Amino acid sequence: MNNILEVKNLNKVFEIKKFLKKSLSLKALSDVNFTLGQNVTLGIVGESGCGKSTLAKVLTQLEIETSGEIELLGKKYKDYKPREFHSLIQMVFQDPYQSLNPRKKAFDIIADPLRINTDKSEEEIRELVYSMMKKVGLRAEFAQRYPHHFSGGQRQRLGIARALMLRPRVLILDEPVSALDVSIQAQVLNLLLDLQKEFSLSYIFISHDLSVIQHISDKILVMYLGRIVEYGPRDEIFLNPKHPYTKILLESAPTLTVGKQTKEIPESAKGEIPSALYLPKGCAFSPRCPMVTPECLQAIPELLNKDNRLVACFNA
Amino acid sequence: MLLEVENLNIHFKSDRSKNPIHAVRDLSFSVKQGEMLGVVGESGSGKSITNLALMGLLPDSSLVTAKKAEFNGHNLLSLKDKQWQKIRGREVAMIFQDPMTALNPFLSVQFQMVETIKAHMDISKKDAIDKSIELLSLVGIPSPKDRLKAYPFELSGGMAQRVMIAMAISTNPKLLIADEPTTALDVTIQKQILDLIKMLQERQNMAVVLVTHDLGVVSQYSERLQVMYAGEVVESGPTKDLISHPEHPYTHALLGSRPGALVDNLRRVPKTILPSIPGIVPSFNERPIGCQFSPRCEFVTPECQRSPIPIFESEPAHREYRCIHPIEHVVIK
Ligand SMILES: Nc1ncnc2c1ncn2[C@@H]1O[C@H](COP(=O)(O)OP(=O)(O)OP(=O)(O)O)[C@@H](O)[C@H]1O
Ligand SMILES: Nc1ncnc2c1ncn2[C@@H]1O[C@H](COP(=O)(O)OP(=O)(O)OP(=O)(O)O)[C@@H](O)[C@H]1O
Ligand code: SF4
Ligand SMILES: [Mg+2]
Ligand SMILES: [Mg+2]
Repeated sequence: MNNILEVKNLNKVFEIKKFLKKSLSLKALSDVNFTLGQNVTLGIVGESGCGKSTLAKVLTQLEIETSGEIELLGKKYKDYKPREFHSLIQMVFQDPYQSLNPRKKAFDIIADPLRINTDKSEEEIRELVYSMMKKVGLRAEFAQRYPHHFSGGQRQRLGIARALMLRPRVLILDEPVSALDVSIQAQVLNLLLDLQKEFSLSYIFISHDLSVIQHISDKILVMYLGRIVEYGPRDEIFLNPKHPYTKILLESAPTLTVGKQTKEIPESAKGEIPSALYLPKGCAFSPRCPMVTPECLQAIPELLNKDNRLVACFNA
Repeated sequence: MLLEVENLNIHFKSDRSKNPIHAVRDLSFSVKQGEMLGVVGESGSGKSITNLALMGLLPDSSLVTAKKAEFNGHNLLSLKDKQWQKIRGREVAMIFQDPMTALNPFLSVQFQMVETIKAHMDISKKDAIDKSIELLSLVGIPSPKDRLKAYPFELSGGMAQRVMIAMAISTNPKLLIADEPTTALDVTIQKQILDLIKMLQERQNMAVVLVTHDLGVVSQYSERLQVMYAGEVVESGPTKDLISHPEHPYTHALLGSRPGALVDNLRRVPKTILPSIPGIVPSFNERPIGCQFSPRCEFVTPECQRSPIPIFESEPAHREYRCIHPIEHVVIK
């Protein structure tokens, strides 16, 4: 069995209650399907509000899906006991400043998952904490420091160390390097690549930085307003994108090519992303799509196999 | 020169120690009319406070000194509050990273725009409204008349930044300081905002200082580039030369550690280890005597650590760098 994670028809709807008014339903995730193999990094990109963090939270069960099914190592989520579940899948957050308890010392931050989820002795825990600190590049004397004494990059290492203590198979990383300086980003990305090899980890890596995504991922999943619009191997997506949204996204990304301006964004694609509260009837991208045809306004395009990837577009 | 700064120093009084924090050291740079200067550098390197100093917006706990700080004929260091009011928002305007916090959430776009315009121009309310509509359509806001009635929370981040830009350019400033104007926005929106700033720069012959942490952004939009590290300029020059042939080891390493094979002239194989800069920026109380980058530099020699490194100039190319072992020479060696 080579799928670590299997996501089937996942939907997440938020009910937004308005005072004295009818509540509104916000479809944050619609019919999301994908699999994650061992040792594989799945990069997730898409505009703000397209549901990336919601997906991350549902996968770690910080939010519960409205419908659909997720299997981890061939076993349904709902058949797991919490302890076992948390030892297999862990999350690293964007903001190393906010995701760590400021009143706890580094040692305890890293040790707590073991104390809560295992029956290991303090002696064993001590050993495991120090060896993990070494692994993620934190010096032993840092163990007694509080998070505010760490730099951004060190805090992110702390977050990664904590997430790895239970030896998970999957790490969900939601914008893990976005808050870091470029020079520090490279250190953390290198660490993640190292750890992936050493522990055979599978990553779900969310980032709005396409150069980071391209570097770290094996497969790419592009989302738009809660739906997957394109999903496939990294090079197919980056070198030969098929969905009009993916194309515009890649063309907008700043590159280091001096002088050579990126392509002009088609006039229709300018402007803002519609709200997930009021989705268009047909393809969610249709209001901005330069290739829109009447059919796009009628029905939602299915995610279909085409040129070595899945793409949801009538005209791809 | 529109803006000329020589040996700008910014100190902050510190609660924790007797010695003030020396946050910006001997910063010299200039901006010509109509050009875009890109500023990149490590977080905390002094990019924002330099801009705030130029706008006269630093808190009282700061001490700003310079050999020269001249903008459009004004000596910025001797301006009184009254005089600042005439210049700020009129001859020089600024936009920030988070447009939502810069707009008053309780007032409509119309109210805020009309107030801004009327504060700087002697025109009627009706004319100010017409001008607002014109500006909103110039910055690419669809149905500007309706949008004028909107409140900030009804705008998306991209729309709010457009409104900020519209307000900033309402007085035809000579200089627009844009401090991370697109960091909070999506890439497709970022591109539209940067294209807009570029268009306004060219159309109004307005100078722009564009601060960003993204080398990709400056490489595409700015004519000249300034790289900051630990409160100092470490390198500056024409963007093209600087990116293709960095002289300073920090710039070199920064370019090298950029992931992504999207980058044409620096091919990166995905999932391989990136060249990274070890260590972190020294804190204020452990700043080295010599080169600020020396603790992290791969080319460091004892000479680098002895005394502060002056700026070297290579005249014909208008390049400047603060390093005694510039890369081009290192490569030859
Ligand atoms: N708890 C919640 N209640 C109601 N709506 C929510 C909640 N959490 C998220 N949403 C909405 O769901 C949609 C998806 O949000 P999500 O945070 O997943 O986006 P994202 O892709 O992570 O965006 P970003 O790039 O800005 O982080 C958005 O429209 C958001 O406003
Ligand atoms: N009011 C203040 N009092 C004391 N120190 C300050 C004050 N304002 C800024 N600083 C310090 O001055 C240094 C430079 O800050 P600045 O905001 O200019 O950095 P920056 O280069 O803009 O960084 P970033 O990329 O994170 O925006 C920082 O170390 C900051 O902590
Ligand atoms: S002066 Fe020395 S330490 Fe500083 S950047 Fe140049 S080579 Fe490196
Ligand atoms: Mg998110
Ligand atoms: Mg700043």
